[in-house]
Parts: sequence; structure tokens; C-alpha cells
Amino acid sequence: MIAAHGIHKHYGDFHALRDVSIEIPDGSLTALLGPSGSGKSTLLRVIAGLEAPDEGVIAIAGNDVTRLAPQGRGIGFVFQHYAAFKHMTVRDNVAFGLKIRKRPKAEIASRVDELLEIVGLAGYQGRYPSQLSGGQRQRMALARALAVEPRVLLLDEPFGALDAKVREDLRKWLRRLHDEVHVTTVLVTHDQEEAMDVADRIAVMNAGRIEQVGAPRDLYDAPATEFVMSFLGPTATLGGRLVRPHDLVLSRGPAEDAVPVTVERVVHLGFEVRVELRDGDDAQLSAQTTRAEAAALDVEAGQSLFVRAERPAVAA
Amino acid sequence: MKVERAPRIALRTVALAYLFVLLLVPVGLILFRTFENGIGAFWDQVTTPASISAMALTLEIVAIVVPLNVVFGIFVALALVRGRFRGRGFMQAIVDLPFAVSPVIVGVSLVLLWGVNGWFGGLAEVGIRVIFSLPGMVLATLFVTLPFVVREVEPVLHEIGDEQEQAAATLGANGWQTFWRITLPSIRWGLAYGVVLTVARALGEFGAVSVVSNGVSGQSETLTLLVANRFEDLNLFGSYAAATVLMGFALVALVLMTVFERRSTRA
Repeated sequence: MIAAHGIHKHYGDFHALRDVSIEIPDGSLTALLGPSGSGKSTLLRVIAGLEAPDEGVIAIAGNDVTRLAPQGRGIGFVFQHYAAFKHMTVRDNVAFGLKIRKRPKAEIASRVDELLEIVGLAGYQGRYPSQLSGGQRQRMALARALAVEPRVLLLDEPFGALDAKVREDLRKWLRRLHDEVHVTTVLVTHDQEEAMDVADRIAVMNAGRIEQVGAPRDLYDAPATEFVMSFLGPTATLGGRLVRPHDLVLSRGPAEDAVPVTVERVVHLGFEVRVELRDGDDAQLSAQTTRAEAAALDVEAGQSLFVRAERPAVAA
Repeated sequence: MKVERAPRIALRTVALAYLFVLLLVPVGLILFRTFENGIGAFWDQVTTPASISAMALTLEIVAIVVPLNVVFGIFVALALVRGRFRGRGFMQAIVDLPFAVSPVIVGVSLVLLWGVNGWFGGLAEVGIRVIFSLPGMVLATLFVTLPFVVREVEPVLHEIGDEQEQAAATLGANGWQTFWRITLPSIRWGLAYGVVLTVARALGEFGAVSVVSNGVSGQSETLTLLVANRFEDLNLFGSYAAATVLMGFALVALVLMTVFERRSTRA
């Protein structure tokens, strides 16, 4: 388990981490999710020992490692921009940690081949990083981090520099890899979809604090704060409360708690239909419905309808 | 910028004429004078005891100066790029001082400092001679060549950033291992270029060395001093021959420089 307790970190006047405490269970894949400047990368770097906290304690597997250099923490770290050793071949990159540990040559060679097989880079041993694509470089970096059998794998926006398609593939691949290798993994991301897709636990961070920690679904369904609610998905404001657009129910006639609205625009997005509305206070909101529901109501611009929230919303 | 045909040709002609008059004519003239009496006469001039001693002394100075400035240069470049300390701006400025200060002034200041009546003049009394001897010439050459390695390594360090070094640390490498396995190989072409510049400058240094050396032939006379002394003694042919040797060394440095520069910009 990784435990952070009461972590504070300043950069000059900027308070990057404010009394952050979190426990990351063994074998989990936890995402630190938040906008830029929320402190998520700083927290990861503090766990890694690449930054020293001003206050607080970091423990890995029950040992206080707060004053320990990164070398002694038993971690693997993957950087957003790969941090590939450019002057070394793929083989030497992956073997780096093992060579530092002075493992026998034969053992290093077989371990490197095995890891490159796992990350799908078998046969690329002799290439240099400049001869690989971004996705391949990142997989090489993962193999390099895994080579030393870390207790903890720390990934700092690992797919942030890749294009959308590659990012999605690598995300699925990382999830499968984690299911096979089971190493405790912490992933930093600003992409809520990525966090929901890959992680089994998400810690949402904002302005140097952790807002909420939980399973992706719990966070989505029962956000503790308005920030978590709006960061994890689209929202609409109805009667001064935040709701998910797909929890808005439209009807022709008045119903309990329903608010009268005017339809401004109907957008067909394949399976779903987005209905843009304006309420009595002249505020805009969007409701998300299925094609069938929209067809049943025969929605069109200019129409007067009623809207209510299907589920209890978060107080705004 | 698009330039019309006629002005373009005119500009080229001017540029070529400029290079021709300023560079090629003097160098060509020396080469012509050196070899007008044949290779044999040239060979006789450059194999005199004074010549050989001057070459050996020059190479000796280079051999001492280069390693010192490599170590110092890497250290300072690392401090300037990675360091977070007070006085970094001051250090940044001071590194360029040798570019700004005339070598003659360097020589004079060394005499003031290390000469018999200087601050450290007492050393001469216990038998450690700096001025009019090898240490003085080495100090003078160190000073004038100080910025080259720093200024070539610094931008490379900036460019590679410190992520690779951090990655090495997370993989278990200590500071020393990270330096040898990651930092040094990453800066190798910039460093090589800096070394070649240092060598070229050290070979050609005249002003500072001429002040701190008494120019005794066969003893404290470097190649540049040999060229100057032979010229003053009206041994013009000997002067040209020594100059040609010096140019030969410089040419090798120039070729290496081009090779390293191309590699460093590609890497």
C-alpha cells in the first residue's frame, strides 16, 4: 500500500499540495484526476521521491520513505514525454535498471526479451528511440520501468503526448497489462474518460486538494462536490441544482418538480438527441434523450415543454 | 528574402572578394612562401631543435589545458543549467569574460599576480616558477579558452532537459552512475565540439602567452612565439614554415569541428 499523509508542497508562493492524504491499496490501479495545476503530478512526483514534500509523510508497504531518494523506493516511473535514453538502443534502455543492479548478463538478456514480448516490441531490441513511434517509445518506457520489478508503478500523463487513436489503444492495453502483472499502479491524467476507462479507483484533485476518492461509478453517480460532478461529465443547471443532462426528463404536460422550458435547438447525434432548452429565467441548459424519446415527444425548436430531474442532484 | 538576379550576383562577388582578400590571399601567400624552395627546405626548418621543442611545448600546453577545461566546463555548465543558487547571473556573465578581455591584459594580470613582486610572488623564492615558465603559459591559455566547453555544453544540457536523469534515478542509478551513463553520453557531441574549439584556441594563443613567457628558444617558446620570434629575427622563411605547421594543426581541428558540429546538430 502507498500512503500519503498530510502532504504540503509549495513552489515559491504557489501552494501546490494542501494537506493531501490518500491511501492506495495494493494491486489497485488508481487514477489521480484533475485539471492542470491541481497538484496531481506533484503528488505523483512526491510519491516517487522526485520532489520532496514540505510537510507530511509518504509510506510504501508500511515503510516511511519520505526522506528516501527515488533510487531506494522500489518504484517504476513513466514520464509523459517518455524520457527515453536517446543514445541507447531499446535493449539497453530496458536493461538499464538491471545493469545498475549488476544482474548476470544472461538473466538481463532473457528478462529484456521477455518484457519486450509483453509490451509488443519483440524484435525491436536493436532500434534507437528515434526510430520508434510515440506509442512504441512509451511502451518501451513501460518495459524499462517494469524491468526492475517495482512495488509501485507511477505513470505521469503517460498517454498525454500521443494522438487520440493510439491513446485509446494503449489505455486498453495498459488495463490488460495491469490485470496480468498486478503491480500497484498510480496514473496521473486530466482526461476523465481515460480515468474512468482504465482505473478501478479515482482520486479527483482540485487546487492542491483531493476532492473525493472512490470507484469510477460511485464518483459519477454520487459526486461529493460540485467540482467532482462537473469534472467527471457534462452537467446542466436546473432550478439552481447541478444534474447530468441524461437525467433530465422532458414532458409535454406539467409534472411534480417540473420546470417550464422552451426548446431552442434539437441536435441529432446518432443514437442520442441533445435538446437545447431555455428556462423561465432565460438560462440555457441541455437535455440528453434517446431518439425514441425525442420522437415520442415530437420535439422541435420553439416548442414549450416541461423538464424535471430524474435523480436527486447535487446542491449547487 | 527574394533578391533579383543582378544584385544577387553582385552580392556574391563582393562576399567572395572579401573572403579572398582577407583570408585566402594571406594564407595562400604563406603557403607559397613556405613551399617555394621545395619540401626539403620546409622540412629542414620544421625539424630544427627549436621547432620541435616549440611543437612539443604547444602540444604539452594543449594536453594540460584541455582536460582541465573539460572538467571545469562540464561542472560550470551543469551548475548554470541545473543549479538554483544565488549569483547564477554573475557566473553566467563571468564565464564570457575571456571573450571580452584582451589576452595581453590577461598576460599582464598574471604577471602582476604571480610575478616576483606579485601577490603570489613568494612562490618563486621557494622554487615554484610560474611566470616565464610552463605554469604561467598554462594559466594564460586556460583563461583564454575557458568559455568554449561551457558555452558548447550548456545549450545541449538545456535541450536534453533532466527527465532522462530523473528516469535513471527512479531506475536505481546514483548521481555518479547517472552522470556517466546518461548525462555524459547525451552531451558528447557538444562537448567534443567545445574541446576542438579549445584546442584550436590554445594552439593559436599568442597575446597572453607572449607576456608570461620569456620566449627562450628551445625552452619556453610555443609555436606562435616561434613564428613571431623568427619573423623578428628576419628568418622569414623559418617563420613561414612554422606558421604552416601551426595552420596544419588548426586545419585538423577545423575538420573535426565541422564533423562534430554536424553530429551535434543532428543528435
